[in-house]
This record gives sequence, C-alpha cells and structure tokens, in this order.
Amino acid sequence: MTTDPDTAPALRLRNVSKTFGGVKALQSVDFEVHAGEVHCLAGENGCGKSTLIKIVTGVYTPDPGGTIELFGERIASISPTKARALGIAVIWQDLALFPHMTVAENIAFDEMVGVLPRLSFGSRYKGRVRAVLDRLNVPLNLDTRLGDLPIAQRQIVAIARALLGEARLVFMDEPTASLTQSETNALLDVVRTLSAQGIAVVFVSHRLAEVIDISERVTVLRDGELVGVYPTEGMTQFRLGELMTGAQLENVVRAQDRSGARPVLEVEGLTRHDEFDNVSLTVRQGEVLGLTGLIGAGRSELAHALIGMRAPDAGEIRLEGAPVRFSSIRDAIARGVAYVSEDRLSLGLIQPQSIADNTAISVLDRILGGLGMISPSRQSELVRHWIGELAVKIGKPEDAVSTLSGGNQQRVVLAKWLATEPRLLILDSPTVGVDVGARAGIFRIVRKLADEGLAILLISDEVTEVLFNADRVLHMADGKIVGEYDPHSTGVPELEARIYA
Amino acid sequence: MHEFFRTHPVEARLSAVLLLMILGLSLTTDTFLTLGNITSLLNNNAVNLIWAVGLLVVLIAGGIDISFAVAASVVQYVAAQVFIGLGGGSWLIGFVVAGLLGIGLGLVNALLIHGFRVISIVITIATFNAFFGLLMFFTKGRNIYNLPDWWTDRIFIFERQAPDGTWSELNLSVAVMIACVLATWALIRLTTLGRQLYAFGDNPEGARRAGVNLWQMQIVAFGWCGMMAGIGGLMQVNIAQEVVPNALYGRELDVLAAVVLGGARLGGGRGTVIGCILGVMFVAITQNGLNLLGISPFAFQMIIGAAILVAISSSNLSFRRWTRSRETEARLTESAT
Repeated sequence: MTTDPDTAPALRLRNVSKTFGGVKALQSVDFEVHAGEVHCLAGENGCGKSTLIKIVTGVYTPDPGGTIELFGERIASISPTKARALGIAVIWQDLALFPHMTVAENIAFDEMVGVLPRLSFGSRYKGRVRAVLDRLNVPLNLDTRLGDLPIAQRQIVAIARALLGEARLVFMDEPTASLTQSETNALLDVVRTLSAQGIAVVFVSHRLAEVIDISERVTVLRDGELVGVYPTEGMTQFRLGELMTGAQLENVVRAQDRSGARPVLEVEGLTRHDEFDNVSLTVRQGEVLGLTGLIGAGRSELAHALIGMRAPDAGEIRLEGAPVRFSSIRDAIARGVAYVSEDRLSLGLIQPQSIADNTAISVLDRILGGLGMISPSRQSELVRHWIGELAVKIGKPEDAVSTLSGGNQQRVVLAKWLATEPRLLILDSPTVGVDVGARAGIFRIVRKLADEGLAILLISDEVTEVLFNADRVLHMADGKIVGEYDPHSTGVPELEARIYA
Repeated sequence: MHEFFRTHPVEARLSAVLLLMILGLSLTTDTFLTLGNITSLLNNNAVNLIWAVGLLVVLIAGGIDISFAVAASVVQYVAAQVFIGLGGGSWLIGFVVAGLLGIGLGLVNALLIHGFRVISIVITIATFNAFFGLLMFFTKGRNIYNLPDWWTDRIFIFERQAPDGTWSELNLSVAVMIACVLATWALIRLTTLGRQLYAFGDNPEGARRAGVNLWQMQIVAFGWCGMMAGIGGLMQVNIAQEVVPNALYGRELDVLAAVVLGGARLGGGRGTVIGCILGVMFVAITQNGLNLLGISPFAFQMIIGAAILVAISSSNLSFRRWTRSRETEARLTESAT
C-alpha cells in the first residue's frame, strides 16, 4: 500500500514484532509519527523502546508479518546504510562522536565515510556546517575540539551531524539524561526548531515532565506491548507513570516530624567562593532532609564540601556535635559519611567487575582474613547481607554489574556505601537514569534506612521526589538556602513555582 | 599558526623547548649553527623521520607497531636478493620493490590484528620477533656488501663548499624524506581516508556505526607504516653502504619516542605531521648537542627518557587549576590563623 507522501506519516509501523530466542521483545506494535511532530516513546527499561528504534534504523530485522512505511512508502527491509539514505538518524545516548576531532569534522563526518578515498578539507564542508548550526540557532566554534565541549553542546553537534545528512526522522535516545536544567531547556528549544522545520522527532526520556512538555503525543509501551497512544495535553506525570508501570504509584507524603531527634549533621555559615554562601542546615537521626533547586544552584558543590572533596572557605561542619574538617573523602568515610554521587553509573561503579566486588570495594579492610588477605567467606557474607537487605535482583554475585538494570545498579551503589556503616548518607540525584517503577523501590529503601536511624540528605531536582520522600525540604538558589518547606503543607505546584520563578 | 598551536598544546610546547635548545646551543657552541652540522643532522635523521610519519599513521588509527624497524631490515635483505636476481635494478625499481615488500609486511600485521581481533602491541611484538628471527636464521647474521652500484652511490641534492674548503651536502634521503612527509600529510589531512583514520582511532565504535570499513582502516594504517619502513630501509642502505641484518634492531623505540614526544596519542585519534617533525628534531638535536658539548653519550638515553616523562605527565596537568588550588589553600590557612 502506498499513500500520498504529502499527507502520509513520516513513519508508520503496523503489527511489528521481534523475538529474541523465544523472548518477545516487541509484540505486534503499531507506531506512527508525523512530519514536524515531536513524539515521545515512553516505557520502563526493557519495555521494547530500544528494540523499536533498532528495527526502524535497520539494526534488527523484525519478525515477518509486520509492515514498515516511511514517508508514505512501504519498505521491505532496512539496513543501517539504507536507513541513513532514507533520512533516518539516531542520536545515541553515548553520542558516537569523536572527542579528538573538531566540531566541524564531527558534523561533516558522515560525508567522509567510504572505501574510495576522496579529497576532503575544511573549506569543502565548513560553509554547510555553519549553515546547519545557524538553522539550529546555536553558535559553536567550528574548530574547537569536541572533547573540550560540555555534554550539552556535544548533543547539539550530534543533532547537527544528523541534519547535515538531510535527516527527516530523528530518534533521540535519552538526550537529556546527563544535562542540567538550563542545558535541557536549550536542547528542548533545538528540538522545537527541528519540528518547526518539518522534521519528525521521536524522543525517549525518563524525565516525564520533559516528555509532557516537549511532545504532542506519547506512545507508551510495556513489556513489549503497546499500551496506547495519548495526547500529552492534559496528561500528568502520575498518570503517565501509571501507564508505563501498569501499577498505581505511591504518591503520598511520608514526612514525619523528627525535630526532637539528635542532630547528626549540623552545618553553620558554610561558604565557598562562587559556589555556595552562608549555608546552615541540620540533619537529624532518622530524618530525610530534601535539598532541591535548579541545577547550578550549588547543591552538588555543597555536598562535595560535606564529604571533603573540596574545602570550604568559611563556616563550620559538626558531626554528632563535634566540629570536623575532612581532609579527604577517605577521611569522611572513616567518620561515617557516605556519598552516592550523581554520575554513579560512570563513577560509582566499576561496570565490568562483579556485583560482589563492587559491593565490597569500600570496605575491603573489614573482610580481611588471616595474613591480611581478603577472606572469600567474609566477602560473600557481606554481599549476601546487603543484596538481601536492599532486595537487589541479581543472577549471581559473580555477574558483572553491567548486566543489571539501572534501578538494580543503583541498589548496588547503595549497598556499597551502606557497607561502610555510615551515620549520614548523602544521596545526590539518586534516580537519574532509573525508570519510574524502580524509583519507588529506591525510595522505599531510603525510608527504611531512615527509620533505622540513618540521617539522610536527599538532593534532587525533581520536586515530586523531595516532597514525597523527605521529612523537610530546603530550597537552594544561587548558592543560598532560600526557603524551608513542610511537605504536609506544601503542594507540588507551589514548590515548582518557587523554584522555577 | 597561532590557532594551530592553541589547539595543539603539545606541539606548541615542544616548539618552544626546541627554540630554546637551538638558541642555547648556538650561543654555547660555535659548531652547532653551521651549514655542515645542519646538513649532517638532516642526512642522519632522514630515515628516522620517514619511519616516524609511517608510525604516526598507525598511532592515529589507535594502533602501535613495534615491528617496522626489523621489517625494514627484512625489506633490505629481500630487496638485495631481488636486485641481484634482476641483475641490477634502478632507483625506480628500488622504490617499487622496497615499498611493496614493506606494504606486504605491514599487511601481515593488519591481517593478524583484524583477523584475530588481537590488540596491535601483542601482534607486532610477535611479528617483531618472528621477522627478526627469520632474518637472522636465513642470513645466518651475515652482512651483504656486494650491492648494486645505483643503491650505494651517493646522490647529492645540494652541495656547497665553505671558504675553509669543507663540503656541506644533502643526500637523496633528505629529498625522499620530504616526499614521504608531504605524502603522509596529504593522506591524513586532505583525504577522506585520513578523517576516517582519526575517527577510527578516536572512537572505533562510533566509526563502525558511521559505516567506516574497519578492515580498510587497518590495511591503510599498517600498509602505510610498512611502506615507509621499506622506503626508509632502502634509503638507510644508501647511507650505510651495506646490509647488516641486525643494524636496525632497537631503532623502533627511538622513533616511537620521537613520535610520542611530538604529541601523537597512544590510544589513537591524535597526532600531527608537524609534531612528528618536531619530535624527531628534538631527539636529533639533543643527541647532537650532547656531542658538541662533549657530554657522555650515555646521558642521551636518560634525557630522552626524562623528556618523555615530562611531556606525558605535564600534558595531564592544568597549571591554572594547580595555582588556583594553591591560592585557596593559602586563603584557608590565613583564615584559620
């Protein structure tokens, strides 16, 4: 069947399935994107989003029985080269760019590919590269090495590269996962520019607020099956989360009054030039203190000062009443502070190593046996304890961490830090890159740990997270604490309005 | 030029060091800045630079080649047999035979690396030993002196007699060196192949996804390095006037040191022809300067070693950050007291 290319959707999939050795990754899914539309593909990890993208870009061959139409034309089979020739581009999560090459060389790279050598020098493509960047309305120096750019601008380079190849259908896989709020806004502007120029954009993101903001329609997948296609107008994050997980999510304020408990961390007038200014706060035993604000407000910098990664210029930190000045992270760990960093997937875990080794790495000195060697039995005892405690779903403790899902990796990071038996746990954006269903599980653990007496500082830029999971919420802006909120008497819209004001 | 040095800090730093060395040697010795010394420096280092630009291409593509110097010895020996078989030969035949033999040996490396998916350092250490062992086995370590005349006759591309009667001259190897440098520059800077080599060395997975033919990249990189090894071997015979099977053994590390000093990154994606030239110059002038200053030649290896350490470690240091953190420390101590 061939329809009129002017009115036909940019992409139409009908009844597409994909089976991997008996496992149905995708089960008779329909999917449709129009030219100039921003369409979100939503679902938890493993729901079939990536499989769908890989089928359209020719990486996987779908099972027989389905049909694929591109720009009104029925396509019998696609290979990666053919997909590119048809104007399909993917901005991969890991970008697939070349850090040592310049911006211009990266954007024009697809023209360089080919077995037959041809002449190639800057003047041949720089004009067109500049035109594409102008089209995106982003000024970038063409001769800068890509590796010197922040991730956000590398995204722009990846998009420009797709555009130079005359892309008409662009897939963006988690493009905002590692961006700050203002960078995300800039990227969303670029996405709107693309759509205004008639390019179809399929957007995959775990940040539901963003999904609702940027797209007109959202297709939800669950366990390889189509849940439905919904207009985003009138859609809420909660509803979308429920559609994705198929379960009622717990969105209740859990805050408790801990003001009578013993303070674990007291910070007074902490200042570091250009980063944070005169910050005072207290976290009590069993309390979850939420710290929110825009990215760049100084939250992570404050956390780094609390664990000894950088020295404050002025002010005092007291741990259980005693003033402390950590000289290093190791020093902070020894005194009972644990910090789960924002970029834990790259920095917090050693991906190719086993779950067991990752869990035990911060407490190697506690599992030594005779002769100062690591005792395998003590290690497996420790690992078994924390795996059970945090309900990590694993095959064997010997499996590599990289085999786990995002949510389970996050639990391994937690296990690693909890094994140090901290008194204060600092969680910096603990759900970045973790899907909706797994988030609830992580916060159940956070609450359980607090109930057991741990003091927790929860840093997050998602207002819902701090309001539903913290006992008190501090708002940080421009390096200062500008407000304190009680989750029982503050609504999500109210706090959002304050933060984005 | 200014822009180039801003984006290539290693090359910039090395040029500054070289300028200082040249200035220092010109002032402290009256022999360094003479036509005679400069021409002999060029003659003596032409072969090194030919090898260096060959190796550069492999480094850019993310590989390493330990075997090229002994490969050059193999080429010399086999080429000598071929010329004897042909009843003489000529420079033209010489370049074709040496180039093709070199490419052939380079392709052995490429085939093993790509075919068995083994990293290049392992494969080329293996071929280094295999090439050298086979060569010593078949030659029984004997030198060849009976070479065609065209091969050993000196050809000067420049000569001048100084007022005191001494001759300064540049021999053919310098012209060949210039050609090899220009050809390599054109390959890596002006062609799509060059862009793909950089990309392949920089991010192999990204290059593969973009449709770069990885097998072709290995062929081009190791083929080019092999060709330069062969041509360098041919020219080395013209200078040494004989084929000695173990004469080039160990030269690979000197050349590798020069290329790395010139800013090529072990791991791929980075390196320039200018950097190569500067690196070879640095090694050559260091050795020359020590001779002229009458310092023990044993100091040479030590200085090259130290230079590599300083070059590699200082490129990972940001001096500005270092000074700033010192300032903060100072301020803290102040406020504490």
